Amino acid sequence: MTTTTTAPTTTVLAASGVTMRFGGLTAVRDVDLTVNSGEIVGLIGPNGAGKTTFFNCLTGLYVPTEGRVAYKGTVLPPKPHLVTQAGIARTFQNIRLFANMTVLENVLVGRHTRTKEGLWSALLRLPGFKKAEEESRARAMELLEFTGLAAKADHLARNLPYGEQRKLEIARALASEPGLLLLDEPTAGMNPQETRAAEELIFAIRDKGIAVLVIEHDIRFIMNLCDRVAVLVQGEKIVEGPAEVVQADERVIAAYLGTPFEGAPGDAEAAEVEAAEADAQSTEEGDDK
Amino acid sequence: MTTEIPMDKTSGTTEVPAAQATPIIPLPQAAARALTVAGSALALAGTFLAWTWTEEFPGNLTVTGYPGGLQVLTLFGSLLTLLFALTGYGIRGLGWLTPGGKNSPVLLAALGVFGTTGYAIGAIAQELGGLVNLEPGAWVSGIGALLAVIGALGLPVDQPYDAADPTPHLWGRIRHSLTAPDPGRAKDLPSWAEILIIAAGFGTGLYVFSYGIGTEYSEQFIGFLIVAAFGFTAVNRAGLLKRLSALTAKHRNVTLGAAFAAAICFPFTQSNDQFALIGANILIFATVALGLNVVVGLAGLLDLGYVAFLGVGAYAAALVSGSPASTLGVHFPFWAAVLTGAAASLIFGVVIGAPTLRLRGDYLAIVTLGFGEIFRITMNNLNGNSGPDVTNGSNGIPQIPDLEVFGFNLGVPHDVLGHELTRSANYYLLMLVFTAIVVTVFRRSAESRIGRAWVAIREDETAATAMGINGFRLKLLAFALGASLAGLAGTVQAHVSYSVTPEQYQFAGSVPPNSAFLLAAVILGGMGTISGPLIGAALLYLIPAKLQFMAEYQLLLFGIALMLLMRFRPEGLVADRRKQLEFHETGQLDLPEDKPLPDGATGVAKAGA
Ligand SMILES: Nc1ncnc2c1ncn2[C@@H]1O[C@H](COP(=O)(O)OP(=O)(O)OP(=O)(O)O)[C@@H](O)[C@H]1O
Ligand SMILES: [Mg+2]
Repeated sequence: MTTTTTAPTTTVLAASGVTMRFGGLTAVRDVDLTVNSGEIVGLIGPNGAGKTTFFNCLTGLYVPTEGRVAYKGTVLPPKPHLVTQAGIARTFQNIRLFANMTVLENVLVGRHTRTKEGLWSALLRLPGFKKAEEESRARAMELLEFTGLAAKADHLARNLPYGEQRKLEIARALASEPGLLLLDEPTAGMNPQETRAAEELIFAIRDKGIAVLVIEHDIRFIMNLCDRVAVLVQGEKIVEGPAEVVQADERVIAAYLGTPFEGAPGDAEAAEVEAAEADAQSTEEGDDK
Repeated sequence: MTTEIPMDKTSGTTEVPAAQATPIIPLPQAAARALTVAGSALALAGTFLAWTWTEEFPGNLTVTGYPGGLQVLTLFGSLLTLLFALTGYGIRGLGWLTPGGKNSPVLLAALGVFGTTGYAIGAIAQELGGLVNLEPGAWVSGIGALLAVIGALGLPVDQPYDAADPTPHLWGRIRHSLTAPDPGRAKDLPSWAEILIIAAGFGTGLYVFSYGIGTEYSEQFIGFLIVAAFGFTAVNRAGLLKRLSALTAKHRNVTLGAAFAAAICFPFTQSNDQFALIGANILIFATVALGLNVVVGLAGLLDLGYVAFLGVGAYAAALVSGSPASTLGVHFPFWAAVLTGAAASLIFGVVIGAPTLRLRGDYLAIVTLGFGEIFRITMNNLNGNSGPDVTNGSNGIPQIPDLEVFGFNLGVPHDVLGHELTRSANYYLLMLVFTAIVVTVFRRSAESRIGRAWVAIREDETAATAMGINGFRLKLLAFALGASLAGLAGTVQAHVSYSVTPEQYQFAGSVPPNSAFLLAAVILGGMGTISGPLIGAALLYLIPAKLQFMAEYQLLLFGIALMLLMRFRPEGLVADRRKQLEFHETGQLDLPEDKPLPDGATGVAKAGA
């Protein structure tokens, strides 16, 4: 296991010994992973490897059977809203927007933990209320601007094209002012241009000082983007290191791609298509949460 | 990879050239229009003649030259038909009547006239024993109405057939001929004119509503329902409602003001205490329904035992009302009683909510249903035999004294502006204050961080918690707020009805409000809107109250009506934009132009935007 950290930076996320069992199935087995500030870390692996399950363990959606997850030094309680409060935001593999709310409202919901106005303040329209609402709106509009959705602020989320829905999920996650952003297959279903735009967006997010942990099947995307890549196979982390190293690793090639793919870019796509098809059948319920 | 393939939401409407629609009855257009005008004029003239010879049929239809009872309804209907039909001639000054559909409103109005006149003829023949009891006037109106319908069926259809189904069958064609395109954007008027139009709209609404409440026998009420339903649809197809709601969306505060002004005027239009009582009861029902709307419409929690909170408030108020039957024997001033009632409901809500709100969906519904019944049974059992004597068991707490607010005894009539306000009218006005409070609470909470969190939980609880929302806490908050709003209404209800008994607070019963009717009012009216539950409650109260003769079938008919509604208009009578898009996959990108958060008064506007 190769762990390469380039510069001495603070550790944002430290997961150690995370194990998740569903009955007899061990979906995640004893995984350690750290993410440092200013880093973009990739998490790859074949379908059903346990990537999404690992995310769910990090964000408190699942209570890991064993192991612990610490954010900036404090161990996180396994409650999703407390994890978000602490500073980890996420997107979902199968988009989970508030479909019947507008784009702006979706982002405003993301700001929930960073605003304090309670029911009384809303009912009595206490002095701070209006100001807080306006600030929230301004902040949300900024994020929509940032993700390029400002023109659609008043559309219902369900009416956005697919690529924009993914962007909106990112905007919504950013609204909670996270220190770490977890992206679960952010480019799934995107065309090449959109994927490129997503890359730019993720770099821009990193430049804002937010560390990113991203699951993705698109190898080229991962290669361009990530400082470090971890590979999960059947719940176990088999390799971790710089993208080029991981890409060349035989175990990865064997486990993840099945065939060597250097010099044959078409292969990567073919493997991806295969993976997608297999996924559609195998993980119907698996990635629901 | 995702397993959910997004539906083709963005493709826009298919651009196949649409098939031109043909009228149901092939007539030359000019002849059809002339026939419609002549028919409705004839129907109108007929209402000035006698329809029957005896005053035995209610409403006195024997006078020539002075329409009464059901004749008035035919008169109104045919006037409306005539107006819509005449706009088809392009008469100057009438064009504003039909910014949307041109001919479908004529057909609908004509059908309304035909329906009510036909019903009147049938009712006379049935009650007096045969068609011989009809006088010529009835035939004149009836034949006139029939001719108007035939003429209207010959008018050109407002929009081409659906590209998906270019050759519909007869039934499809009939349904199609009742549809109309949406009106375009209205040109801007000076704001005083717009406000005047809003006022006129609410004035008309008030008139129609108080006419409905004031109907004195069930024949008249049925006739009213027929004319009102067809007239309403006709006005809607003509595009007038959308124009009006565009205006109300623009002047929201004016609209709320106008709505309350109209509501305040209501008791002044009634001299009969009985009708004012109906008004007061409708307000109680509507207010509780609106409280339930916080729980169901915003937070998406299906509460099947909501009426228990009304009961808690009512019982609490009754116990501290100074009623000689109260076991507490204290007499709180009004404000303290209100606070007691609301606080009792709040506590009850938290006690029930804390364990149950950890459940999701169906489980919550079942548990709340159970708790609702437990409340009723407990009130029954706290009678001194099965438990401590607190509530007098099934006898309830009778003889609740009238309220005194600011030294103003609500139990006795008062003269205000030369009009005598009866006891019920007093309570109606008091209740209106509570309705205003609940409307404000609903509106303000919906348009806040908390309201957004509720909607987010309703939409997707997992995603909401991942956004940092404490699902349990917020659901409990919605539950508790809803409970205390119902408790507020309960405190007034106890005084209006003189007594509280356990049987008033059932899951389903013949007299609203009960849990089933409350939920129905919210769903029928339109979840998540303000005006929806108010309208739903008014309808659900009035229809059983006015049609006493079918009390036995009430629940059956109620069930059938609910099924039909869910089949044809699942978003409810008043749809907010979300629901509209949710249930009717329009396939087009909506182009919003208003504020993002919906509320009742503006719901239709957005649906039409
Ligand atoms: N709630 C659950 N209950 C039981 N099994 C589960 C649950 N969630 C996931 N699994 C199983 O755990 C394994 C890992 O699934 P997971 O969704 O984490 O894979 P993944 O790496 O995200 O795959 P993909 O690339 O297809 O998204 C699968 O075999 C899945 O069926
Ligand atoms: Mg996954």
